[in-house]
Amino acid sequence: MQAFLFQVIVLAPLLGALVAGLLGRSIGHRPAEIITSSLLVLAGLCSWIVFLGILFAGGGAEHGAEAAGHGEEAAHAAFALAESTKVTLFSWVHVGDLSLDWMIRVDTLTGVMLVVVTTVSALVHIYSIGYMHEDPHRARFFAYLSLFTFAMLMLVTADNFLQLFFGWEGVGLASYLLIGFWYKKPSANAAAMKAFIVNRVGDFGFALGIFGAFMMLGSINFDEAFAQVSHMEGVTIDFLWGQWDAMTVICLLLFLGAMGKSAQFLLHTWLPDAMEGPTPVSALIHAATMVTAGVFMVARLSPMFEASEVALTVVIYVGAITAFFAATVGLVQNDIKRVIAYSTCSQLGYMFVALGLGAYSAGIFHLFTHAFFKALLFLGAGSVIHAMHHEQDMRKMGGLRTKIPLTYAMMMIGTLALTGVGIPGTPIGFAGFFSKDAIIESAAGAHTAAGDFAFWMLVIAAVFTSFYSWRLVHLTFHGKTRASRETYSHAHESPNVMMIPLYVLAAGAVLSGVLFHEVFFANAEHVTAFFRNAIVVDEHVIEEAHHVALWVKWSPAIAMIIGFLVAWQFYIRRPDLPKALAAEHSGLYQFLLNKWYFDELYDFIFVRPAKWLGRALWRGFDDWLIDGIIVGGLAARVKDVTDRVVRLQSGYLYHYAFAMLIGVAALITWAIATGGLL
Amino acid sequence: MTSDLTDIFALAPAYPELALVIGAVLLLMIGVFQKNNHFMTINGLAIGLMGAVLVLLLFAPSDGVLFNGGFVQDEFSRFMKVLVLIGSIGALLVSVSAAEEHALNKFEYPVLVLLATLGMMMMISANDLISLYVALELQSLSLYVVAALKRDSARATEAGLKYFVLGALSSGMLLYGASMVYGFTGQTELGAITEAIALGEPSIGLIFGLVFLLAGLAFKISAVPFHMWTPDVYEGAPTPVTAFFAAAPKVAAMALFVRLTYGTFAPISTDWQQIVIFISILSMVLAAFAAIGQNNVKRLIAYSSIGHVGFALVGLSAGSQAGVQGVAIYMAVYLAMTIGLFACILSLKSDKGYIEQISDMKGLAQSRPFIAVIIAVMMFSLIGLPPLAGFFAKWQVFLAAVEARLYWLAVIGVLASAVSAFYYLRIVRTMYFDEPENNFAAAPMELTVVMGLAGLFVITYVFTFGGPIARMAEIAAASLH
Repeated sequence: MQAFLFQVIVLAPLLGALVAGLLGRSIGHRPAEIITSSLLVLAGLCSWIVFLGILFAGGGAEHGAEAAGHGEEAAHAAFALAESTKVTLFSWVHVGDLSLDWMIRVDTLTGVMLVVVTTVSALVHIYSIGYMHEDPHRARFFAYLSLFTFAMLMLVTADNFLQLFFGWEGVGLASYLLIGFWYKKPSANAAAMKAFIVNRVGDFGFALGIFGAFMMLGSINFDEAFAQVSHMEGVTIDFLWGQWDAMTVICLLLFLGAMGKSAQFLLHTWLPDAMEGPTPVSALIHAATMVTAGVFMVARLSPMFEASEVALTVVIYVGAITAFFAATVGLVQNDIKRVIAYSTCSQLGYMFVALGLGAYSAGIFHLFTHAFFKALLFLGAGSVIHAMHHEQDMRKMGGLRTKIPLTYAMMMIGTLALTGVGIPGTPIGFAGFFSKDAIIESAAGAHTAAGDFAFWMLVIAAVFTSFYSWRLVHLTFHGKTRASRETYSHAHESPNVMMIPLYVLAAGAVLSGVLFHEVFFANAEHVTAFFRNAIVVDEHVIEEAHHVALWVKWSPAIAMIIGFLVAWQFYIRRPDLPKALAAEHSGLYQFLLNKWYFDELYDFIFVRPAKWLGRALWRGFDDWLIDGIIVGGLAARVKDVTDRVVRLQSGYLYHYAFAMLIGVAALITWAIATGGLL
Repeated sequence: MTSDLTDIFALAPAYPELALVIGAVLLLMIGVFQKNNHFMTINGLAIGLMGAVLVLLLFAPSDGVLFNGGFVQDEFSRFMKVLVLIGSIGALLVSVSAAEEHALNKFEYPVLVLLATLGMMMMISANDLISLYVALELQSLSLYVVAALKRDSARATEAGLKYFVLGALSSGMLLYGASMVYGFTGQTELGAITEAIALGEPSIGLIFGLVFLLAGLAFKISAVPFHMWTPDVYEGAPTPVTAFFAAAPKVAAMALFVRLTYGTFAPISTDWQQIVIFISILSMVLAAFAAIGQNNVKRLIAYSSIGHVGFALVGLSAGSQAGVQGVAIYMAVYLAMTIGLFACILSLKSDKGYIEQISDMKGLAQSRPFIAVIIAVMMFSLIGLPPLAGFFAKWQVFLAAVEARLYWLAVIGVLASAVSAFYYLRIVRTMYFDEPENNFAAAPMELTVVMGLAGLFVITYVFTFGGPIARMAEIAAASLH
């Protein structure tokens, strides 16, 4: 029964994708929309059944805790096997030592991801029916959405590195297709290519990491590979110019893949541009699911990352810098989707900090809650954009509160969740309050240089998060409108097919924190029992986080309030202030507005040399050398030879006879010379 | 020494040749003493006669050495004779409808073809330098006449004359070589020559003799540098005659070439291998380049045949049984492709007469799709593209060369093959991608049959004919030692 459920969850989206993709033209748009959406709803319901099964088996049953207890004892000696259910779909590769099957592996981590992916995907499918209703290629859009969901499910249910990589590349492909969905828009095409190419960098590292894991651990099956990690202490690997600790190299390479997919600092440039895609895509892929694949991967491979202190430290620093950097850029962006995009980037940084600290459950917790409120914000933004006739510039909005009150309410919930509104010390608060505070407390509880650095970075980022979130709300909904009269007067609430997904997500944004706080972070024993070794749960880290000073616990709340007050001051009380400030500090303002000039920097360092090289190879190597000299030259030489040979055939008998005699003479000379008779 | 001539049953190995002799003379009589021109009757009878001989060869085989060692019948000669007979039958068959237009509708034509075929079969069975020469001359003299049979045509007479003069020169070389070999070994019978060579060290005189002998034969198979007559004669002779020239005589001369080198001169194989490699490379390369410059279909086929002789010689260069097997297979496939191709060309008669230029075939695929398909298949097979017969023929000879460690020879062969693809594909392009200019009459029945059979052979070779032919060729090659 369970196996059947798993197969439904994974394969229903594939079926939807095939039906909508291959038959979309013949069955029409509406059936394609309904089929894909209902299949996704089905998968979503199945996911919740699976997830609740895991939740109650772990929270209630003694058995789970016992098994975990064993795990704790064994954790120091050897690797503790995760409790998981595996369904073999069919065999894939059996060559030499390599033995791989297509498998669905479901453990607690996968269960959480299944719920996130299928729920958000189902809601986005439904939402898209409304949002895309004017698009002439809707069937294709739904096929891509379902294809993406299938790939993402393959990714999270992978039992080995290769299937993980398959899903990884599959979501990359779907992301590329969906960013460039409006392929007639040059900027969308450019953004799609940018996403794909930047991800190549990360994926290259990821692939090398898989090779390294296979080489050093002897298997790319997760359980078998993890079992070997304990023997890797002190083992080195040759890489580039020197010898390094094997697990550090492998984990860093794998993390490079995660950085690409999750848009971490240095590989983040593609994510804001990806907003060229339709807004539901941004909500599904570039906020809730695909970009969290990096977080998922590090959590899934937590037994390996635990073996390398260096790798974990790198993860903390990268995460903290990303959280801070993206938040600063988010402060000044004017495009409503870009603000949320940078916010996503920043929140992903939070998650990585948690992973690096060893508080994997806190990272996954934030992933879980973030999926709801960020999808809510994106879909809400989509609703705003829909109302404003595809206007995305917040400077041309304002005063929409009365026009679209329901959307306003939903956006408010999303904002409250994102900024982490709640009362410390009590179970009262929005989703982000619990998960974000968990990460900040873990950072403070680490008592290391990296932990302290991350703590301050995250608190400052929290101030910025609060500021840009409220700035978004104020600019969009409050004050006087800056939209043209016509647009403003035509602004209207979105249809129910778009609003209902918002309500569901809003429920998640409100409740997902308080309901699941217990099993993800609040109670170390319950966390262990819940995850059952699906990820490494270090109860010590969680206990330390619980015992941080009171001011630390209050710091995120204070940061949130500061951000809110500043935004209030800037955009409600003194709307002239931002302009004056921007003029006064124009250097800083331009620096932030231009996203720290990363695009320009990369353009200078990578893009232009690559273009130059490509042009040189094209003009110089291909056109000149290959086409001109080799191919063209060869053809010309053949023609020359032909002309000469044809001229030999003069038609004169004595020429022919002469040729025969010369031939005989040459043959005799040749035969005698090679025969050694001279 | 008892004579074979006293016992009619002892002559069994030579029955096919005897049947041809008697038949040819009878047909000649009929032709001479009939008042009207009975070309069609005699042509039909000649085809029937050769068909009967073919049946005799295939179903009543009898091996042995006759006429004081001057004649040998073995599996190799039988294999090659079958090919020759098929080639001659095919040539007569495809000339039926075109004979009048080409002024070939005289009873002498089939009789001469019969006599030439007899000469070829004798060549294949020659086991003595004397009988070899006689057989060769019988074949050559018949061919000289056939080439110039269209007396009113300047081109045909020029072709016949050129062929005759150069053929005389080559015969002289062959005779000179034969006399040298006799002088240095003291023998004329091929087996005895082999024994004599095996006894002593190779001398310069023997090498001289060998080279001259091979030069004379290289002329017959039109290998470079003794090929110069080929394009002119192919172009000048009436097309049915060209079809005959391109098929059967090549097979017969190649058979004799193989018997002399691989059989008789086996003890000094390194010496003749050098010579064969030399002319093989020259033939493949020169033909590939020269054919590119041709606009006349028949000249193009002439160069194509020169190139294919070069490819066949690659197999012989290996000096191994597998190589000789490759040559036998190659000649079989070459024969089928040639007959099929000429059947196609002779079916293409427009209001302006039979086609001559490649450009005459423009847009053929639209007006005569069946013929165009067959030509295209022949072209792809001539290039050597799998899964067609030409590929397997080339595969076998190149494989033999590689096994004999003649890697560079195989590489040159493949490169020449690649260059040759250009002119073959040009014909395909002309047929399929150009606008039609000519209206062609419907193809006669017998040509359609020949085209269909050749196409069937080339396309289904790997499943049907390939296996049996390879087995027979293996037995044939083994019988030479």
